[in-house]
Amino acid sequence: MVVQALAFYLFAAVTVACGVMVITARNPVHAVLFLILAFFNAAGLFVLQGAEFLAMILVIVYVGAVAVLFLFVVMMLDVNFAELRAGFAKYLPIGAVISLILLVELVLLGAGWAFNSETAVIASSPTPPAADVHNTEALGMLLYTKYVYLFQGAGMILLVAMVGAIVLTHRVRAGVKRQRIGDQVARSSKDEVKVVKVQTGSGI
Amino acid sequence: MVNPETWFEGVWWSDYVLPTGTIVFFILCIVLPLLISVAYLTLAERKVIGWMQLRKGPNVVGPFGLLQPFADGAKLFLKETIIPAGSSRFLFIFAPMLTFILSLVAWAVIPFDAGWVLADINVGILYLFAISSLGVYGIIIAGWASNSKYAFLGALRSAAQMVSYEVSMGFVIVSVLLIVGSLNLSDIVEKQKTVWFFIPMFPMFVIFFISALAETNRAPFDLPEAEAELVSGYNVEYSAMTFALFFLGEYANMILMSGMTAVLFLGGWLPPVDIAPFNLIPGVIWFALKIAFVLFCFLWVRATFPRYRYDQLMRLGWKVFLPFTLFWVVATAGVLVAFDWLPK
Amino acid sequence: MATLDRVARSFLLGELVSGMALTLKTMFKPKHTINYPYEKGPLSPRFRGEHALRRYPNGEERCIACKLCEAVCPAQAITIEAEPRADGSRRTTRYDIDMTKCIYCGFCQEACPVDAIVEGPNFEFATETREELFYNKQKLLENGERWEAEIASNIALDAPYR
Repeated sequence: MVVQALAFYLFAAVTVACGVMVITARNPVHAVLFLILAFFNAAGLFVLQGAEFLAMILVIVYVGAVAVLFLFVVMMLDVNFAELRAGFAKYLPIGAVISLILLVELVLLGAGWAFNSETAVIASSPTPPAADVHNTEALGMLLYTKYVYLFQGAGMILLVAMVGAIVLTHRVRAGVKRQRIGDQVARSSKDEVKVVKVQTGSGI
Repeated sequence: MVNPETWFEGVWWSDYVLPTGTIVFFILCIVLPLLISVAYLTLAERKVIGWMQLRKGPNVVGPFGLLQPFADGAKLFLKETIIPAGSSRFLFIFAPMLTFILSLVAWAVIPFDAGWVLADINVGILYLFAISSLGVYGIIIAGWASNSKYAFLGALRSAAQMVSYEVSMGFVIVSVLLIVGSLNLSDIVEKQKTVWFFIPMFPMFVIFFISALAETNRAPFDLPEAEAELVSGYNVEYSAMTFALFFLGEYANMILMSGMTAVLFLGGWLPPVDIAPFNLIPGVIWFALKIAFVLFCFLWVRATFPRYRYDQLMRLGWKVFLPFTLFWVVATAGVLVAFDWLPK
Repeated sequence: MATLDRVARSFLLGELVSGMALTLKTMFKPKHTINYPYEKGPLSPRFRGEHALRRYPNGEERCIACKLCEAVCPAQAITIEAEPRADGSRRTTRYDIDMTKCIYCGFCQEACPVDAIVEGPNFEFATETREELFYNKQKLLENGERWEAEIASNIALDAPYR
């Protein structure tokens, strides 16, 4: 138990510290790297909770793909942070209001959970023992039975977003020559090369 | 209240020191042979490619050049680590270490024989996939921290390439998982007792192998370190041990990918046929033989094919492999449902 | 039908497989490697290697300090100083070649009217220090003595084409 507690505090502390560094680091690339470290430690917390499937998916999707693209973009774009910080004071009030609203919502959520009379009922509802159904299966059961419409809906939204991004950025330019690999592979020397006997002095 | 003296003797010893010691011992049992295989893989690569190019390969240091890897290692070890001015020092040193460590930690879940696995976790294959998808960070960080245009271009290429090929690789893994019904690597191997998966899923096996080449940045997909146009890409600024760590990491990754191929498609530690002369040989030897075969294919491909152009690489990943693997996943699921072969 | 054939071939990776088969076959062929320090490849009689100053068979040095080689040397690697010897004949007192500058073009041996400076067949003269590559007259004459047999036979072999 001691080891688990130590691991929890280690992961939690590093996650929070990384979160702070993400918004305070001067170099955008360093900020993204701290974000990645935060993801990683969040995955560690998932493992401690016994949700190893979620942890691995977090690492594969967020760390392995999404953050790579983040890093890619941040490295490619020369983000000028001094310029971005210029309007900091102007937007401070509205930012403060939004964060206050979020804080109030979180507190309400926590309070609602704590004081709701049904909480005890939900918490004590039978969950299958971890030995019988491991969390990959449990998650699949929930996603593909109870929440299947929401799940599919989320997928459709992502698809629409992707198609939209492509439609917005795709430009058809006239006169662009493209390599057609199929045509190239289909060519053979029999059809294309002609051996001609040339008479001396006459040319072809 | 526990007596402090007996607590130290009893609980401390049996609950903390002993398990830690055993785990460290097992880790050493995996890592040391792995590093020796990495050393000899470099020699094997030079030998095999030499033979395929009508050369002999290294044959001077020791009998048949067998001490060549150690000579190379000693050379790199004794050289000076140069940190370029204008580089990001911490990240510059950190990147090769990351590459090397990631190539070692993945071995925790590989089953070498029935029950011979350090951490038999339920999501073994996802763990492997996660670790291999992290491999790109070593390269990106190296390319960025070097503060060099060549290194940076190599890093960008590598980032795009690895993300692209991870997708098709993921689908290949999914189609295997559909048949097995478990994410545990030992279960995947056990399921292949009847037939190794490369027979019913041969196209997936080929795609997985090609994606593995792209994941490990091996020829013909070695664009991140293309010496012709990027003067060895992301590791152009690296020297001595930092370079050696990249090198070791790349080769350990090759062995890892071969191990993954062996587990997913070639029946892991299982003998080819379960009859007398074959099933007497220990499983770990079969596993090693299969890894060696896949590694030979890695070298063989490198000796045979020229490097892809970058747009061809992207075309292959997104326009050929992705639709094909997606189709195959659906087809596998369809067949499994239609014939009621779904794993219970 | 041709299209079907092509599609089948490209899906079966026919060209990749035939390429791999070729390399696999090559792997078992006898190797062309020359085991260098123990075996050596053939050298042309015109090979331009390490320089040597030759002597006549009676032991008299050939060089007459005409300085044609010094003049023709494109890398300006040769330095010559000359004085009349006690018997009145014109000889060099100094004949230096900076081997680190030399580009092994062979102009010096072409320019030499008495075949004194020649580029011999030796190419294994790597040294551990830079200074050892600043050859003086004594070193060049020693080279001449050491390689005379090979140099003479090479000149004889090449003579019909000159």
